[in-house]
Amino acid sequence: MNDQIRQVIREHAHLSVDVDSLGDDADLYQAGMTSHASVNVMIALEDTFDVEFLDSMLKRSVFESVDSISTALQEVGVPA
Amino acid sequence: MSVAALAGDRALVEAARRTAAEVAAPNADEVDRDARFPRESVDAMRDAGMLSSLVPAKLGGGGASFSAAAEACFELGRSCGASAMVLAMHQIQIGCMVNHLEGSPWFEEYLREVVAEQRLIASITSEVGTGGDLGKSVAAVSEPADGSASFEKQAPTVSYGDYADAFLTTVRRSPDAEGGDQVLVLTKRDQMEMEPQGTWDPLGMRGTCSPGYVARAKFPTEQILTDPFSQISNESMTPLSHVLWSHVWLGIATDAFDRARAFVRAAAKRKPGEPLPAAIRLSELMSELSLLRAEVGLALEEYCRLIADDRAKLSEMATILRFNNLKIAASEQAPVVCQGAMAVGGIVAYKNDTPFSVGRHLRDSMSACLMVANERIHKTDASLLLIAKEV
Repeated sequence: MNDQIRQVIREHAHLSVDVDSLGDDADLYQAGMTSHASVNVMIALEDTFDVEFLDSMLKRSVFESVDSISTALQEVGVPA
Repeated sequence: MSVAALAGDRALVEAARRTAAEVAAPNADEVDRDARFPRESVDAMRDAGMLSSLVPAKLGGGGASFSAAAEACFELGRSCGASAMVLAMHQIQIGCMVNHLEGSPWFEEYLREVVAEQRLIASITSEVGTGGDLGKSVAAVSEPADGSASFEKQAPTVSYGDYADAFLTTVRRSPDAEGGDQVLVLTKRDQMEMEPQGTWDPLGMRGTCSPGYVARAKFPTEQILTDPFSQISNESMTPLSHVLWSHVWLGIATDAFDRARAFVRAAAKRKPGEPLPAAIRLSELMSELSLLRAEVGLALEEYCRLIADDRAKLSEMATILRFNNLKIAASEQAPVVCQGAMAVGGIVAYKNDTPFSVGRHLRDSMSACLMVANERIHKTDASLLLIAKEV
């Protein structure tokens, strides 16, 4: 799953560094992801994994790293 | 709510009413005409201890609620928009510190100083080169040396920048931090150099005296709030700004409505029993004012509930949308009410020197759509609407 997450980040997060240079726990916002870009990451994740995030999950902290995104996807039913 | 908190609330609202009637109202026209700071209003707030009303009682403050702060802004707004906006902005800065000081000894001590000295606090959030996005900074905190750091920031507007005792400023966390990786720093005037830029001769809210500055500061690093600004913004600065500003605008609109009503009553007394077209227009105007009052009141209730019991929800996109929408709706509706009041009174309301004048109200209310431009907020909301579910 993390490879697919990384692919979404690569295409939509507009990081100032290569996502492959970051660990799974690295802060994506500190790596240059803007609020606007994070929304595009969320939409792409919903599309890629065919899920919908709950409103309670739609906040900055849930999408701040590959790890936290992976946890969120598992919460909405994506197998680890 | 505790007895002490209720006492703090009552003290604040009563002091605001008194200041509004006795000091702000008699000076409002002169403050507006001369674009001068409402010094006597702020002195009266100091004398009444209003500048520390939101500081918790355990730090010596008034321990008042955000509800009471909002009501105080509304009451002052009915008399002088500029005085009310200065109070609102100060309360926002205090609210940010109170909500996010996290037991920091420095900030606790500073809030005690606010209580003792009735310090007035301004903010330096807007910045040249960010396209109006408060979630982005160009200026950065320098690498600390011996526990001390510095910044230099070019701000296009700093409200009451010449009159504040201290400033809360958004800056990037470090010289190599991304634009959105911001912190909030409190600096005192004697730690700063404020170099004025440009003039201040605007359409409305003239007494807020908000020209641009280049702000330079050198300060101990303990004056940086620990919580990241993204969190402070979501939980405190943005929703609290929108709630308190909109109470100021509601106050301005309410006074415009009251003046229109006084005009209609005077006309009715002159010609009892005769048809009065202005009375119908006044009745129509009341429904516009009710819409504004409902939106503003509901948002205040929601904010008070969330900050007390469900703080994490303030960071959810649906909630961010809600408080952004408050700002847009209230800033668009307040001038509608003021313009309607002018239509009721006709030439008598249009003239600047009658008891029914609403020119100042209309001009003051038109600043609302620029305080964080509605266009910029719509851009954010347009993006959030793509992903938020229940809005």
